[in-house]
Amino acid sequence: MAATVYMEFEKPIAELEKKIEELRSLGASEMSTEIDALQSCVETKRQEIFNNLSRWQKAQVARHINRPFTLDYIQHLFTDFNELHGDRNFGDDHAIVGGLARFDGQPVMVVGHQKGRDTKEKVFRNFGMPNPEGYRKALRLFQMAEQFNLPIITFVDTPGAYPGIGAEERGQAEAIARNLREMASLTVPIIVCITGEGGSGGALAIAVGNRVLMLEHSVYAVISPEGCAAILWSDGTKGQQAAEALKPAAQDIIELGVIDEIVHEPVGGAHRDHEATTQAMGSAIRRHLAELKEMTPEQLVEDRYQKFRAMTRMAE
Amino acid sequence: MSWFKRDKTGIEKSNTKHVKVPEGLWTKCPGCSESLLTQEIEENLQVCPKCGHHYRIAPRKRLQSILDNGTWQEFDAELTSVDFLDFKDTKSYQERINTTVAKGGSRDAVICVEGSIKEIATQIAIFDFAFMGGSMGSVVGEKITRSIERGLEKKQPVIVISASGGARMQESILSLMQMAKTSAALAKLKAAGLPFISILTDPTTGGVTASFAMLGDLNIAEPKALIGFAGPRVIEQTIRQKLPAGFQRSEYLLDHGMVDMIVSRLEMRDTLGQVLAMLTRQ
Repeated sequence: MAATVYMEFEKPIAELEKKIEELRSLGASEMSTEIDALQSCVETKRQEIFNNLSRWQKAQVARHINRPFTLDYIQHLFTDFNELHGDRNFGDDHAIVGGLARFDGQPVMVVGHQKGRDTKEKVFRNFGMPNPEGYRKALRLFQMAEQFNLPIITFVDTPGAYPGIGAEERGQAEAIARNLREMASLTVPIIVCITGEGGSGGALAIAVGNRVLMLEHSVYAVISPEGCAAILWSDGTKGQQAAEALKPAAQDIIELGVIDEIVHEPVGGAHRDHEATTQAMGSAIRRHLAELKEMTPEQLVEDRYQKFRAMTRMAE
Repeated sequence: MSWFKRDKTGIEKSNTKHVKVPEGLWTKCPGCSESLLTQEIEENLQVCPKCGHHYRIAPRKRLQSILDNGTWQEFDAELTSVDFLDFKDTKSYQERINTTVAKGGSRDAVICVEGSIKEIATQIAIFDFAFMGGSMGSVVGEKITRSIERGLEKKQPVIVISASGGARMQESILSLMQMAKTSAALAKLKAAGLPFISILTDPTTGGVTASFAMLGDLNIAEPKALIGFAGPRVIEQTIRQKLPAGFQRSEYLLDHGMVDMIVSRLEMRDTLGQVLAMLTRQ
């Protein structure tokens, strides 16, 4: 992985680590106790910061450039991945990847948003913002999974569906809506993993699952904090306040019954240890998949229906 | 310098002959710029008699124009939104709910009724844009889902008449989930072979478009309605370009294959009567 990218609130850690680096470069052996002391200081500090992240800070962690993306999960958790391209209508959207793969040896369909790390790849992946053909490709793969009785595992990490002229002309709204309706009636198990940014309808369009798992520092909301701030405060820079109001953290959302489990991240965030993060996610997927495999196709559809049917807070 | 001296009295403004025009008597039509008697527009279902411009219309007035005898039975009117997130921007959500409810009219942004259109009993959910921009929170999603479920139970067609800015931000993730909930109910309606007609009126955007509003067996738009996923301003800011003329209007969507037809409000009842009869094989 490339050099560590620190977030604004990690400044104290960055300074300490820089100091350690300097001491190391001196190469003096008598410094080793001091280095050890500093190192443990860093660990305590990191623990302290990451145990107390604000919602706005979590949004930064969720968007971290080195956070594991769908293809990282596929590389760590799946074998025999064969990527399948295209929606058979218009094109192949690079902001959504998917294909056949084996999970613990068992064939499954895996689909997820894909972001890029360097500028070129970011542009290629359209910053993880799908066009309608991306959602239509996802639906084609979901329906193929149903045809061949394969469980579906999705990874959700997008700022949102792309707001562009072409996207509107080709029916962005229709593509998302159709996915919501069709996912509701699929007769195979669906496990959804929110791994980074759960950006509104663009996220939900591949997130109607029997089980929804969410990484500890991920966010999931109806709008981005910046977008919300621009509308309600008429000031796009009030993202921090909007993040607090929207309550998009995994810890907020589990209270509302929208997700089933929070998957813990290594201290310092998922980007610090892809292996540990993906394995933690993998073991959660394994557990839920085993439960879902006990259900009949009818039970799976009804289970999913009742899950979303219950998502209501109101006064009667 | 007597040339410059005024030796006649100037034109004087008369103070006496002013006719007081009551506020709102006349309306200048944004469609054809004609000045029209407001009453004339109102009597024509808020459609300009000269150019056919569609003004927004109150939901109950619209129901009267669609349903047999202008009558219906309302359901779930008592459901009220709650501020379960303690959401606060410039005002708290609870305050917004209270003041909007206090204004009279609806208790939330959708009204759900059962009524007949040309003798075909139908479940209808109609948005009230005046209630927080017709935004969809738990109550709206729940009421629409119940309408669909009533349709299933009574084997009746379902119509949703949308006018909405999208999901209600003050309910954050749960407003998003209403998209999945309503769409899942529509999957059941579809499997049961019952018709679902989506009528899109000005404006229909965001999460409402990206769920049930685009899932009609028939998607019917009113003329020149703004219909889209992302708002025009968001798109302009993203692509840094001016949007083409007529972008996201009904006619543009018809051109791009997203709606089945554009129907004038004055013809809506007849059109619905015809297609419902055929879809229910009567």
